[in-house]
Amino acid sequence: MISIVQQYGLAFLCWDGYKISGLAMTLWLLIISCAIGFCLALPLSIARNARSPFVWFPVWLYTFLFRGTPLYVQLLLIYSGIYALDFIHNTPPFNEFFRQAINCTILSFALNTGAYTTEIFAGAIRETAHGEVDAALAMGMSRVTMYRRIVIPSALRRALPAYSNEVILMLHATTLAFTATVPDILKVANDAYSATYDPFDSFTAAAIIYLCVSFTLIFIFRRAEQHFLAFLKP
Amino acid sequence: MFDLAGYGPQIFSGTLTTIELSVFSLLVSFLIGLCGALAKLSKNRVLRGAGTVYTTIIRGVPDLVLMLLIFYSLQIWVNDFTDWLNSLQDTYDIEVQLDPFTSGIITLGFIYGAYFTETFRGAFMAVPKGQLEAARAFGMKPALVFRRVLFPQMMRYALPGIGNNWQVILKATALVSIIGLSDVVKAAQSAGEATFRTFFFISFAGGVYLLLTIISNGVLLLLQRKYAVGVRRAVL
Repeated sequence: MISIVQQYGLAFLCWDGYKISGLAMTLWLLIISCAIGFCLALPLSIARNARSPFVWFPVWLYTFLFRGTPLYVQLLLIYSGIYALDFIHNTPPFNEFFRQAINCTILSFALNTGAYTTEIFAGAIRETAHGEVDAALAMGMSRVTMYRRIVIPSALRRALPAYSNEVILMLHATTLAFTATVPDILKVANDAYSATYDPFDSFTAAAIIYLCVSFTLIFIFRRAEQHFLAFLKP
Repeated sequence: MFDLAGYGPQIFSGTLTTIELSVFSLLVSFLIGLCGALAKLSKNRVLRGAGTVYTTIIRGVPDLVLMLLIFYSLQIWVNDFTDWLNSLQDTYDIEVQLDPFTSGIITLGFIYGAYFTETFRGAFMAVPKGQLEAARAFGMKPALVFRRVLFPQMMRYALPGIGNNWQVILKATALVSIIGLSDVVKAAQSAGEATFRTFFFISFAGGVYLLLTIISNGVLLLLQRKYAVGVRRAVL
């Protein structure tokens, strides 16, 4: 264990000698895909609750497709499936984009977490107390103002516990990046395993790092809940 | 459109492997979850502590990391154990080889057992205390109380959680192809590489998962109806 930490400690944390790796890479994957997923989910969750089936059906289809299939299949589809298409191969901007493993990884992670987050936010918006909406309309707010001032802020607050779960699950899902050769924590652990033939120590080192990140995230979200959901305290 | 280029049987057997793996993992994790929940709710402090450590660590570490950790280490531990057994006697040569399927069941069962522990713990706590006291007052032994009163009512509260966990297990079986099991993803991958139609075959595998999800949603709805017999729902 000590020799693995000495030899691979820096790689586990941030730098493998050539590029960013390990913890820094995992956190970057987590933050960028959650940020894109959040921006995607906000408008989609409003569309998900629309009255017209032309609006809500495509969103429902998107969340159904991405929540009904494993993330590994989605990653494979985007990483090796799309790049194998002639059309993508022969269009320079697409070729450039899909040739990079990290772009494919972030795209699939963001689309996946976007689907789950959409359903979480849509559920929270659906649960908005009807009195709040009535009051907003009685105050003469336009629909945009009502969503901006009343519906979205309260829905995001109520969605916070479920959203924190989703972020933790996303952290766990980032391990799949190593199958697409992105040098995250698990890739470093796998390299250490191939070099030392010591699976227990190599993967335990990775597990400990992930455990620390999980606990840190849980701590941050608990503080956020205390701050944003203070009005719900008994 | 659905030209499988002769890979149909391979993909079909891969699908069966996926289903078998998820069903067996569900059974294992179900049993571990029941034991874990009983341990976490027991009066014994050691059992409670062990249950808490188990669920905290397993739910804090990604499943793929645990899978690689257990899959590669389990064989070494089993080898050490059989070597030790062989050193005690020399009439038999004991050798146990773990294939990806067995270790997949063990690891998935062990990982999702922690999630089931939490599901069942909540469900056990939701059964009214008076029911258990009434059962005991009727002179039922603890095992009978569990079988006739606690378990059937607990299942009603646990079913949504079980359904969620089942969907997650079904999708987590895709990870087992990383450690070399020839499931539907692996079959689709090799078919795609051989025919240069990766996109089609991977989408096909995704379609198989979608189909399984739809079927299990239907089954869950039926189960929920069965376990909700005699419950009056509030009409809003």
